[in-house]
Amino acid sequence: MSSGRAAWGLLLLLGVLSLLLLGLGLRVGSGWWQQPVPDFVLFEVRVPRLLAAWLSGALLGLAGAIAQGLFRNPLADPYLLGSAAGASLGLALALVWLGAGMVGSGLGAALGSTGAAWLGALGAVWLTLTLARGAQHTLRLLLAGVVVGVVLGAMVSLLGYWRPDILVVMQGFMLGSTAFAAWPAVQLMAVVLALSVALAWGYAKVLDALAAGEETAQSLGLPLPGARVVLVWTLAAATASSVAHTGLIAFVGLAAPHMVRALVGVTYRWRLPLSAIMGGVLLLAADLVARVLLAPQQLPVGVLTAVLGGGYLLWLMSRRRGLWGGP
Amino acid sequence: MGWAMSPTPALQAKGLHVRLGEREVVRNLTLALHPGQVTALVGPNGAGKSTLLKALAGLVPSQGELSWQGEPAHKVGRRVRAQRVAWLGQGQTLTEDFLVWDLVALGRLPHQGLWQGTRAADAQAIEHALQVTETWTLRQAKVSELSAGQRQRALLARALATGAPVLLLDEPLTNLDPAAQTQWLRWSRRLACNGVAVLAVLHEVAAALHADRVLLMRQGELVADEAADRPTLHQALEALFDNQIDVVPNGQGWAVGPKPAPNNG
Repeated sequence: MSSGRAAWGLLLLLGVLSLLLLGLGLRVGSGWWQQPVPDFVLFEVRVPRLLAAWLSGALLGLAGAIAQGLFRNPLADPYLLGSAAGASLGLALALVWLGAGMVGSGLGAALGSTGAAWLGALGAVWLTLTLARGAQHTLRLLLAGVVVGVVLGAMVSLLGYWRPDILVVMQGFMLGSTAFAAWPAVQLMAVVLALSVALAWGYAKVLDALAAGEETAQSLGLPLPGARVVLVWTLAAATASSVAHTGLIAFVGLAAPHMVRALVGVTYRWRLPLSAIMGGVLLLAADLVARVLLAPQQLPVGVLTAVLGGGYLLWLMSRRRGLWGGP
Repeated sequence: MGWAMSPTPALQAKGLHVRLGEREVVRNLTLALHPGQVTALVGPNGAGKSTLLKALAGLVPSQGELSWQGEPAHKVGRRVRAQRVAWLGQGQTLTEDFLVWDLVALGRLPHQGLWQGTRAADAQAIEHALQVTETWTLRQAKVSELSAGQRQRALLARALATGAPVLLLDEPLTNLDPAAQTQWLRWSRRLACNGVAVLAVLHEVAAALHADRVLLMRQGELVADEAADRPTLHQALEALFDNQIDVVPNGQGWAVGPKPAPNNG
């Protein structure tokens, strides 16, 4: 139907924006606008960083769209299942085990820290699912996610209290940054993104039906239990991959699907890929701004997205009070 | 009980029990729904009407015999079940702002694979559902732009688009003004003429008396199952609501009002 035309338009717009931002990003370094840079800097630093920013944002956008559909809540966030706290704990444990010096000392060590964050995120989601006794009960799942988030967060704080030497590295991670992303990160995130989009897309109709209620979806003969399991793990893997490589980046996962929803009223077959690309564009743009705002110093991009995202939410709040069930 | 005309009922329940936790919400209930019949289910709040409807749709587990088009429920897979029984819950909220067309298209999911697009047969069924519920002109509107009555009709179209021979509707008249309620009665009659069995939970007693048949339910049990024009049903209806209401003849139908006599109780 005609919603397809608006969706194609948005897809085209976001595609062009992505390319423009990538092109712009190649020219922007620690100075605002630079003369041609050495190939090494271009291909080993800037290109992977730009791609990592886009991919990480896309993973968050996709995860956010899945979360909002699955939990029937337009304000659901990919970090809901405790993955952010889990990733932090994974990283903190790795730092305590291996020493804070491991970060930035070669590729293997970087992979180790992201691997630890990834495992921590997935472990947290597994814990949430265990506490909630499966993915079938939405409220129980969300409550379990909150509990896991708080408890794991407290454990991270405790580790930091015992071993203050890990705090500096942890802080970089908590603030969210694309600065450490290298080619392996880009490759891994690309693979996870492709798989996640494909898996989620296969269950797009289930997400559509869930908008009309769980019982309605059930009455339509959809394979709900299986779909939930696949969607929850897809959400977890996408979020974990993003968090492991670029740290905690606030609001992109919430805002990207939200903006797509506001721009075109489309079903999840469109919503999922569009939210992913929107997330990529948002994080790429935020990353560029973060690099030039205080140049030659760099602002952690997570701080910027938090400020911008918070502003976006406030704007939404003032515009649509009904969103929180108010009058 | 003189309803066993058609050889196979579209839906049949015998000795049905439904438990929600510790509580037995539906007790030993027996009923059959026949193609071409509009049946109203009436009862006070908490009688178990909604739960019964969900059980009949196979959405909550039940004990006893339940069959759809003569086939025992436990032998019917979830997709075939969805093709045979459509269910519309009460007070449905949508968390997405779909176009009306996309909302109604959800009704075709029982007929599609997860990766399949909308085929000609689906488009035809969607169009039919939109036409019957008089929402065709709204098909490109967002659901949030509709009035309460239009929204209710779009949701009905969603249930109708399944093409199921049994329609279970939980309070479909809520939020409809009297004109829309009358339209709904006309619409359900039209469906029945096409061979659909309609069972609707109705709080609007006057509207319920426009159905072919009325089931009265109290505390999980059926207390009456009769044609809408039977005086015995009207007495049972008055008794069901503690004799606070009065059913009186009015033209071709019945009017329902408060009981005039002050001396009861």
